[in-house]
Amino acid sequence: MTVSINPDKTRQAFIKKVESISRQNLKACYQCGKCSAGCPMAAHMDILPNQVIRYAQLGMMNELLDSQSIWNCVSCMTCNSRCPKSVRIAEVFEALRQVLLRRREDHLFTQKLSQKTLGELPPIALIGSFRKLTS
Amino acid sequence: MSAPIKLAYYPGCTMKNHARNFEDATWSAMASLGVEMEELKRWNCCGTVYSLAVDDIMRRLAPIRNLIRAKQGGASEFATACAMCYNTIKRANNHVKEYPETLSRMNEFMDQEPDYHGDVSVTHLLEFLRDKVGFEAMGEKVKKPLKGLKVACYYGCLLMRPRSVAFDDPENPKVMENLVQTLGAEPVDFAHKMECCAAYKTVDRPDIVADQTYKILTSAKGQGADVVMVSCPLCAFNLDQRQELALERHPELRHLPVVYFTQLMALALESGETALDSKRHHIDPRPVLAAKELV
Repeated sequence: MTVSINPDKTRQAFIKKVESISRQNLKACYQCGKCSAGCPMAAHMDILPNQVIRYAQLGMMNELLDSQSIWNCVSCMTCNSRCPKSVRIAEVFEALRQVLLRRREDHLFTQKLSQKTLGELPPIALIGSFRKLTS
Repeated sequence: MSAPIKLAYYPGCTMKNHARNFEDATWSAMASLGVEMEELKRWNCCGTVYSLAVDDIMRRLAPIRNLIRAKQGGASEFATACAMCYNTIKRANNHVKEYPETLSRMNEFMDQEPDYHGDVSVTHLLEFLRDKVGFEAMGEKVKKPLKGLKVACYYGCLLMRPRSVAFDDPENPKVMENLVQTLGAEPVDFAHKMECCAAYKTVDRPDIVADQTYKILTSAKGQGADVVMVSCPLCAFNLDQRQELALERHPELRHLPVVYFTQLMALALESGETALDSKRHHIDPRPVLAAKELV
C-alpha cells in the first residue's frame, strides 16, 4: 500500500480533532506494537491498536471510522498501562468513536434488543454499552 | 472487643439488582468484622464507564455528584465494593483534581449543589479491608476456614487499571490472593487473572464475551480452581451467565462457579448463608462448596 504524506487540509483537521478529544500527541508513538500484543480484543479487530495509532498519525479518517476495531475496544486499559511512550491508546479509540457519535452515528440500537435480553442484562452492562456505543 | 470501624458505603445500581447477593454478603461480612457501614444518602449512578474524551464534562457529573453527597453526609472518604463504580468515580475524581477549570465549570453547572473541591476520596472495599481492617485482624475472626478450596482470583480490568487507580501492582496484584489465604482457602495462580472479560460487549456482541469467558475459565480450571472470585458484577455476569453461550461455542468448556469476594468472606466468617443465594448464580457454587464440607 502506498501512503502519501501531504498537508491535506481534511487530514490535518481530522488529526487535530482526534488529538484534541483524546488530548494525546499521536506522533509520540514509535510503533513498538506492545499495545496490540497485549490487547484482549485484538482477535476482533480489523486494524490492530498500533496500526490505529499509525493511521491516525496519517489522518486516514475513512479507514479508521469504517473499522470494527473502534467499536470492539472495551477500554480495558491494558494498552495504556503498558505503552513505553505513555500514549493513551484507549483515549484515541474513544476519540474515534466520539467523532462518529457526535454526528449521531450510533453503533448500538436498543430497539433491536429483545425484551428477554433487556430483562436478563444487568444495568451495569446496559448503561455501559449505551454510554460507549450511542450518542 | 475493639471499637467499631465506621465506613461510608456507596452501593451502585447493580448491587441493588442482579448482584443483590454481592450486596447482602457485603453487609453481613462487614458486620461480622465489626465494621459499621452507612449507605450514602441520595446516591446516584456512578456513570458506569469513565469517559475518555477530555472534553466530555457532562459524563463526569454523575460521579462527582456522589462525591458531593458524601461530603453532605459528613464523610471525607467512601468505599464501594463494585470494581466499575470504584474505577469510574476514582478517575472522575482524579480528573477534576488535575483540571481545576473543568471542576469550576461543573460546579457552575450544578448550581443547586454545594461546590466540590476534590476533597473526598474513594476506596475499593478490598483496599479498605487490607489497609483499615487488616488481613491479620480478619484472620482472627474466621470461624470456618475454607480449607481445601482452590480459588482463582480474577481482577479483570478495572480494579488495577489504569495505574492511577491501582491500589496494588497493576500487572500482578496480590490483594485478592492475600484475602483468600486469610479465609483459609488456597489461591491458584492463573495467566488470565488480569485479562478483560469484554465487559459491556455482552450487550451487542455476547459471542466475544463468551469466547473470553471460555479462555478465562479454562485457564483457571487448568490450574485446579474450584471457584472464580470476582469484585465486579459485570465480570460476574459475563463469567457466570455467559457460560451457557460459551458452552454452545466451545463444547469442551468445563463449568466453574463464580463468587464475589464478600460471599467467601461471609462463608468463612459465618455471617449467614443467605449470601450464597443460588437463584442469582447460573452455575450454583453450593455443590463444590458442599464437596469440601463448607456448606
